[in-house]
Amino acid sequence: MQSEKKTPADQSGVSRREFFGVTIATGVAGSALGVEAQAPTASSAAVNCTLTINGQRHDLQIDTRVTLLDLLRENLHLTGTKKGCDHGQCGACTVLVDGTRINSCMTLAVMQDGRQIVTIEGLAQGANLHPMQAAFLEHDGFQCGYCTPGQICSAVALLEEAKSGAPSAVTPDVRSTSRIELTDDEIRERMSGNICRCGAYPNIVAAIRAVEQGRVGQRSVA
Amino acid sequence: MNPFTYTRCATVDEAIRARGASPDASFIGGGTNLLDLMKMGVERPSHLVDITRLPLQTIAEHAGGVRIGALVSNTDAANHALIRTRYPVLSEAILAGASQQLRNMATMGGNLLQRTRCYYFYDPSYRECNKRDPGSGCAAKQGYNRIHAILGASEECIAVHPSDMCVALSALDATVQVTGPNGERSIPMTEFHRLPGNKPQIDTNLHPGELITSIDLPGIPYAGRSHYLKVRDRNSYAFALVSVAAVLDLDANGTIREARIALGGVAHKPWRATKAETFLRGKGPEKSAIRAAAEAELAAAKPYEHNGFKVELARRSIVRAVMTAASLT
Repeated sequence: MQSEKKTPADQSGVSRREFFGVTIATGVAGSALGVEAQAPTASSAAVNCTLTINGQRHDLQIDTRVTLLDLLRENLHLTGTKKGCDHGQCGACTVLVDGTRINSCMTLAVMQDGRQIVTIEGLAQGANLHPMQAAFLEHDGFQCGYCTPGQICSAVALLEEAKSGAPSAVTPDVRSTSRIELTDDEIRERMSGNICRCGAYPNIVAAIRAVEQGRVGQRSVA
Repeated sequence: MNPFTYTRCATVDEAIRARGASPDASFIGGGTNLLDLMKMGVERPSHLVDITRLPLQTIAEHAGGVRIGALVSNTDAANHALIRTRYPVLSEAILAGASQQLRNMATMGGNLLQRTRCYYFYDPSYRECNKRDPGSGCAAKQGYNRIHAILGASEECIAVHPSDMCVALSALDATVQVTGPNGERSIPMTEFHRLPGNKPQIDTNLHPGELITSIDLPGIPYAGRSHYLKVRDRNSYAFALVSVAAVLDLDANGTIREARIALGGVAHKPWRATKAETFLRGKGPEKSAIRAAAEAELAAAKPYEHNGFKVELARRSIVRAVMTAASLT
């Protein structure tokens, strides 16, 4: 995966954290993340911003070049969000910003100042999985699992969008504002921004349909 | 990515001043195209002016039509009741493009400024690209040019504009409102983008430092009779090989009073099919007439080695889009 490749910074002996140049101060006392005072690299420009991620406030000083995806993974160690293509084409990096799904690789972290971010790590309630997570397990909606966090974040947002009446490219008539019927075609179209190289699509559709129809049991992680 | 400084602005005036303060600054909205190009090393702004919090985020009735703020997301525009009911072709075109995640990020103004997806432009490891590096040549002409232009291209550039949204806006005769160091002005959508000519590095007629503030749609009573047809290599989440936006005004007998037809995927700008429109005026929406109109439009087509299929595809797509619009109740 791209994130595990050696970057030029690695090869020159500069750590990835220095390379990305982020100073982090979490808003929660005793957080494992602690406070890391790190000077940005000489060539970069650092900007102060505050992001709330999975309910936890982070006061950050960020190199302007850091994407939201790299901030999550490299600096906050929230590695559930995956880097697939890093060009907005695969959907592995999908997160929710103020409830809306976006590709976290295609936005700068500084641009998300003041926003509420939810990642795959923020969906479960304690030990109880989010119904969409439970449904993906129940319906075997993955094989290797790399695209799964993005698929699940995307699917959670999809159900809200459909409930709000938002049409898609396969909705029969955009002029009609009647209830959206989430057919398999609708689910597939609405999930087309999330690529699965293992081809788990039929089971992903089944998992989403199960949650939409309220057919998912409680599931907790030990 | 090259190093850059960053400012977030709260007002249009502030943004224009910030942009004007450095010649290689760039506005950033959704970022879905600009950041990608920065990662590729194609765009290298020294300063980014974040306009995402500017108060240009509403859709409202305006001058008999509808005004869409430049920073309305593609999703919000496609979902808005005013657009869905009065300009369904615009909703359909937006929804045909990109993915839900990208449409959630992408803005209306930013979509207008999308740059071409020509592989030779997008990848600086190809030395020749007059759009990226004026005077360097065009790798696409002798290269793999399956996705390239069949209309309006030049010796210097055969790239196509990638947007679906802009094709619908062209058919709807939208107007782009801009503000810049020299004040405000309006640019008709059909004149917003340019053909490549001998300056393919310039995509639009926007002046340096100007900011798009809104897209205005005129009142078109018959715009409900419209269709957007997109033909692509896969059914979702791919750029158009050919697309057609068709808007029809039919009289009580079903005769075409006015047809508005625009094509995507065929030229450096959304291609308004004025020859086909003129041909169809006063005709019934029969297949033979529409086919003849499509042939008139494509008579000037000039394909390259790998994109000859687009000529017939464009003709057939015009026929299908116009017939679909005509059959709507």
